[in-house]
Amino acid sequence: MKIAVCIKRVPDSETRVKIASDGRSLDEAGVKFILNPYDEFAVEEALRRKEKAGAGEVVIVSLGPAAAQETIRTALAMGADRGVLLQTDRIPADGLEVAKALAAELKDGGYDLILFGKMAIDDYNHQVGPMVAELLDLPCVTAIAHLDLTGDKKGGTAEREIEGGVEVVEFPLPAVLTADKGLNEPRYPALKGIMAAKKKPLDVKPASLGAGGLELVAMVPPPERKGGKIVGEGPAAVPELIRLLREEAKVL
Amino acid sequence: MDDSLYFTDQHLQVRDMVRDLARQVIRPTARRYDLESQFPWDNVKQMADLGLLGIPWPEQLGGAGMDYLSYIIVIHELAKVDASHAITVSAHTTLGTSPIVDFGTEEQKRRFVPLLATGKVLGGFGLTEPGAGSDAGGTKTVAVDRGDHYVLNGSKIFITHAGVGEIIVATARTDPAAKKTRGITSFIVTKDTCDLAEATRVGTGHDPTLPKCPGVLTGKKEDKLGWRASDTRELVFQDAIVPRENVLGQFNGGFRHMLHTLDGGRIGLAALALGIAEGALEECLAFTSTRKQFGKAVASFQGVHFALADMATEIEAAKHLVYHAAWLKQTGRPFKPEAAMAKLYASELCMRATIKAVQLHGGYGYTTEYPVERMMRDAKICEIGEGTSEIQRIVIARQLLGDLID
Repeated sequence: MKIAVCIKRVPDSETRVKIASDGRSLDEAGVKFILNPYDEFAVEEALRRKEKAGAGEVVIVSLGPAAAQETIRTALAMGADRGVLLQTDRIPADGLEVAKALAAELKDGGYDLILFGKMAIDDYNHQVGPMVAELLDLPCVTAIAHLDLTGDKKGGTAEREIEGGVEVVEFPLPAVLTADKGLNEPRYPALKGIMAAKKKPLDVKPASLGAGGLELVAMVPPPERKGGKIVGEGPAAVPELIRLLREEAKVL
Repeated sequence: MDDSLYFTDQHLQVRDMVRDLARQVIRPTARRYDLESQFPWDNVKQMADLGLLGIPWPEQLGGAGMDYLSYIIVIHELAKVDASHAITVSAHTTLGTSPIVDFGTEEQKRRFVPLLATGKVLGGFGLTEPGAGSDAGGTKTVAVDRGDHYVLNGSKIFITHAGVGEIIVATARTDPAAKKTRGITSFIVTKDTCDLAEATRVGTGHDPTLPKCPGVLTGKKEDKLGWRASDTRELVFQDAIVPRENVLGQFNGGFRHMLHTLDGGRIGLAALALGIAEGALEECLAFTSTRKQFGKAVASFQGVHFALADMATEIEAAKHLVYHAAWLKQTGRPFKPEAAMAKLYASELCMRATIKAVQLHGGYGYTTEYPVERMMRDAKICEIGEGTSEIQRIVIARQLLGDLID
């Protein structure tokens, strides 16, 4: 079982981010970066598949700045075998450019499975996984919460949690899958894994990126929340509350 | 303190992992273990699997093969969330395992260290007795030579892991005629865990193939103010039979070994105290910035600013003391006074900081709903265990005065 997992280095969701002086990027000073949490599910799933198969290779691929090597090391510490960094100072706003660069790297890798997180928690785009599948002409199942592969490595079944139910999708291998929360419980990297990760191969090469069709023009913090209003107390306040919710807030 | 002063990328990876574990796994369970005074077997199993019970020991002895700083980082991070978990790792590693690594024969290391380093069994250190605390020279437990074995009689108190542990390094008097601190020898004693059912359930803490010494008994469990999820008990030797090959290190050299072990342990305890203080500060920042009184966040009052600023300043100072002492030890430099200073300062700071933390939380701080009352209870023992603050001052003063006075 040869599995690629594409990961992204993202700001920690606990960090308070600030917009940089150019008005269209984040001020990275003092920001802690982590392995995108959805990608953690993908890494964990790849490791479990390899462990279950008893053989194979898990390759971590990332596109990002030099510092993304640390993010790849985290995945290697969890147990992945080797890493590839497509290095660029700035990740393009156009997901298609990222997808093209990743697809070129993955194309001749002979992977049975290519896994992604369903989205990155910094840009919420949900794009790159399906785009890579399209570029490689592979089937794609997004946001999977459960995965079964057939014993013969020919295909599998994935479950997606949709509004009010579960969608069950069959697919042949090789395939591209994107992971949702609930797929598994990612492991912590053990100290032995952290030690071993230092010695695992990590190939760094420049990412070849086109200009793309999107330009990020501005980043703006969300408007400050306005103060609430107390319309009264007890049952007597209910009619007024309903009126305001309907007429002012327009949520009813 | 800037991370780059002492930490490599690998240290930061270890810190990230332990921080996540502490926040996601230990924090949600710490209150229950404390209230019920239960040993956290499930969390100990997870820590064992992650390699946290053998951090600084070589890989060929079953350890993680990491350095001493990594170990200190782990204690520091665990204590931010729960001191009982931190002392469990610390007592097991520095008190239970390090004497065997430092003074054991190759055979002893091969037999005992892998069991301890992988967390297969837990270790402890039996020094304190009813009549011998800070004055360890007053050891009354005796070991009588019977040829191929020794017979031990006596009792040890306040022993971390005397109950859950299976390998304990204990001191006993082997030469009754010798002066107080001479004539004491260290022994590796083995016994079954007192919590076989739990150890079996989680799959760590018991090795049926390890031969046990008959007559080594677990005494009553202490009902403590703090560190309530840590296992502290009496350890009783009742005609205990300890094989001759379990004599650890130099015969009649146990006192010197013990001092060495305690010197190293001080830095771990200092890191633990620092962690409690820092955890308390984090709780205060979260609480005072959300709790409103007189129409605004408590943190917007200047009186609160002063308290928070003092806590943060002292914590910063303690970080430098702790990591500098750890660096001295790691790089093979003398560290005795620096370790004592770090322990003295960090433990007294953590008492001050946690009392202040409860005050800043007001009435909520006095309830078990918020962790600061637990932190305050956990802080006190830091000024007592592994050498009281008074003993630390004596150690420091001795280094200052040296031969100037008799």
